[in-house]
Amino acid sequence: MTDANTKNLETAAYPEGLRRVAIDPVSRVEGHGKVTLLLDENDRVHQVRLHIVEFRGFEKFIQGRPYWEAPVMVQRLCGICPVSHHLAASKAMDMIVGATLTPTAEKVRRLMHYGQILQSHALHFFHLSSPDLLFGFDSDVAKRNIVGIAAAYPELAKQGVLLRKYGQEVIRITAGKRVHGTGSIPGGVNKNVSSEERDYLLKDIGQILTWSHESLTIAKQLFEQNLDVYNTFGTFKAHTLNLVRADGALDLYHGGLRARDLHGKTLFDHYDYSRYWDVIFEDVKPWSYMKFPFLRSLGPEQGWYRVGPLSRVTQCDFIPTPLANQARMAFLAFAGGASAGATLGFHWARMIEMLHAAEMINDLLHDPDLQGNDLVSKGERQARGVGVIEAPRGTLIHHYKVDEHDQIIRCNLIVSTTHNNQAMNEAIRQVARQYLDGRKLTEGLLNHIEVAIRAFDPCLSCATHALGKMPLQVELLDADGERVDVLTRGADINCNSTG
Amino acid sequence: MSEMTFTLDGENVPFEPGQTVMQAALAAGHYVPHLCYHPEFKPHGSCKLCTVKINGRTAASCTMPAEAGLQVESNIEELNALRRTLVQMLFAEGNHFCPSCEKSGNCNLQALGYDLEVHTAGFRHLYPDRPVDASHPDILLDFNRCVLCELCVRASSEVDGKNIFALSGRGINKHLIVNSKSGLLVDTDIALTDKAMQVCPVGAILRKRVGFSQPIGERRYDQRPISAQALDDAPRQADASGNCAACEGTP
Repeated sequence: MTDANTKNLETAAYPEGLRRVAIDPVSRVEGHGKVTLLLDENDRVHQVRLHIVEFRGFEKFIQGRPYWEAPVMVQRLCGICPVSHHLAASKAMDMIVGATLTPTAEKVRRLMHYGQILQSHALHFFHLSSPDLLFGFDSDVAKRNIVGIAAAYPELAKQGVLLRKYGQEVIRITAGKRVHGTGSIPGGVNKNVSSEERDYLLKDIGQILTWSHESLTIAKQLFEQNLDVYNTFGTFKAHTLNLVRADGALDLYHGGLRARDLHGKTLFDHYDYSRYWDVIFEDVKPWSYMKFPFLRSLGPEQGWYRVGPLSRVTQCDFIPTPLANQARMAFLAFAGGASAGATLGFHWARMIEMLHAAEMINDLLHDPDLQGNDLVSKGERQARGVGVIEAPRGTLIHHYKVDEHDQIIRCNLIVSTTHNNQAMNEAIRQVARQYLDGRKLTEGLLNHIEVAIRAFDPCLSCATHALGKMPLQVELLDADGERVDVLTRGADINCNSTG
Repeated sequence: MSEMTFTLDGENVPFEPGQTVMQAALAAGHYVPHLCYHPEFKPHGSCKLCTVKINGRTAASCTMPAEAGLQVESNIEELNALRRTLVQMLFAEGNHFCPSCEKSGNCNLQALGYDLEVHTAGFRHLYPDRPVDASHPDILLDFNRCVLCELCVRASSEVDGKNIFALSGRGINKHLIVNSKSGLLVDTDIALTDKAMQVCPVGAILRKRVGFSQPIGERRYDQRPISAQALDDAPRQADASGNCAACEGTP
């Protein structure tokens, strides 16, 4: 991909007189966004943009609030993976109170986080993406949803629902509620996991491990059966960013930052995230409320990167649980490694992570530290706190400054989907070139664009810090802006909640 | 001498001379919704949530002396609808964001909302601009959540002997103020052990750095609604000299 091409499709040289097609809003993603395409009279694509149209302002209205409120307030950004925000803010506040977590506190938080990874990945694979993957990208739109999946594959749909339920139960037990709990506090947690609660979760973990493994097999088989499409669909090379443990292992809760360029060369490794601003900066574009982060050393034009399951699984040195690591090796070896850079490779990588989460939950439930009573620690008070975590969708950064009266005076959030902003734009431009350019648009063709976006499992609510449901309307406008045609469909699933 | 009684929603309620309708009702196990009433303090009669119908006329049950033969109506839809409206107005008037409030689960206003089944906002929120007073090293004063019940005013004056809090202004402009030259809490002699620190029914007067340390499930109103909790609190009454043996360690 050349810069010229990237720029070419980001901004048309002569937008006047071009036909505008909008996918508004994009469906089966979390949050509210739209895609616009500018086409000429021969249906050649000149411009493709993913716009995020909501603005929320969390970074502003947290100002003035006491710091211990942040982990509970900021998680309201999202109803899908609020635990990520809850924990990232808590980690930042750990720095504020100068805490070194007790083993019980860290393990209860980790259990909460892996419960969330399990439920969020299950939600995405089964509820949001499986209709595209199992029925086909341009299959009957009336059936291409979770209700259609439940009718055609009832056992699979049930499995998806129950996997998610289990993750939610892990969250309930560690955080107090399935959505928007309060378990993690500055310096630790407010409860442990009792032996009764542990036994309750242990009861079903065997089944969850089996189902996670089966889900991974489905993701792998889909790739194998459609290799040509899966390896080329929206595929592009990108720089990557993710957290890794000190020994290079995949660690979704804590670690140092690792960035590699598109050729695999390491740009920085084990970088202390509390000074993330030395290596990452955010660019702003006039047509989107979502910022465009980039690696400082490469600049705003070249420095955009990809985060999330695909980056994590391919860029870590190993996964510290046996079944998931085995699956990772198979993924990296598959088709000579080409799949590791494919946009649809996200689904496979995501299911490897779901299996990893199930294995981690199993390990943690057998750890007696969960029943410890030393829950909170504190040390020397600090004015600045940075918390970074690998959320289901990728690296999540929370950064706060707190004054001497305990009030937050500054907050910066760089959310997983924001990191992927340019990468998602790049993926849909690639799909537009591959599938739409020069062809008569149909709903099925436009869905190809959404399939590429969904692969990233974006959370647009979080990314603009937006909330909404996702009915889809595609308008066809002529060069004068007059509506020629309109396609409308109802919401497939209302997956966003304020809880 | 036969026992003196009045009827509450058709049931006989015994009382002792000097008791109010509210005190007698709570002591007999009958809940009457209330917010500014506190068993350790003289009744105030300002929130009007405890309004009942006595012989057909409305009155605040917390200030009305009990009398033999009164016919009191409380748990009727007409009054509960009015109580719901009062609670909606209190929510609309301040900035009450339960989802991120550390008092959630321990808050009387929230618990009343649940108990009275206040399911909608009812009114457009006023979103007043009320800066937080975080000047004190150990105490946070969040005016956004004040419901003007004056419990802190009464506690500071009657129990602590400090007169730290007062209400100022009229009508919609009425607000809580701090009695210091700067108007800031840091310039008062308030202490964590003061009664004024313990009586706030909402999240306006808070001890710093302990928010959310109580897990969900263990908070005051997680297990039992305010209608049941208030009956447990009822015996906490101060004697004539202001002492209350049953009050130690209770909010």
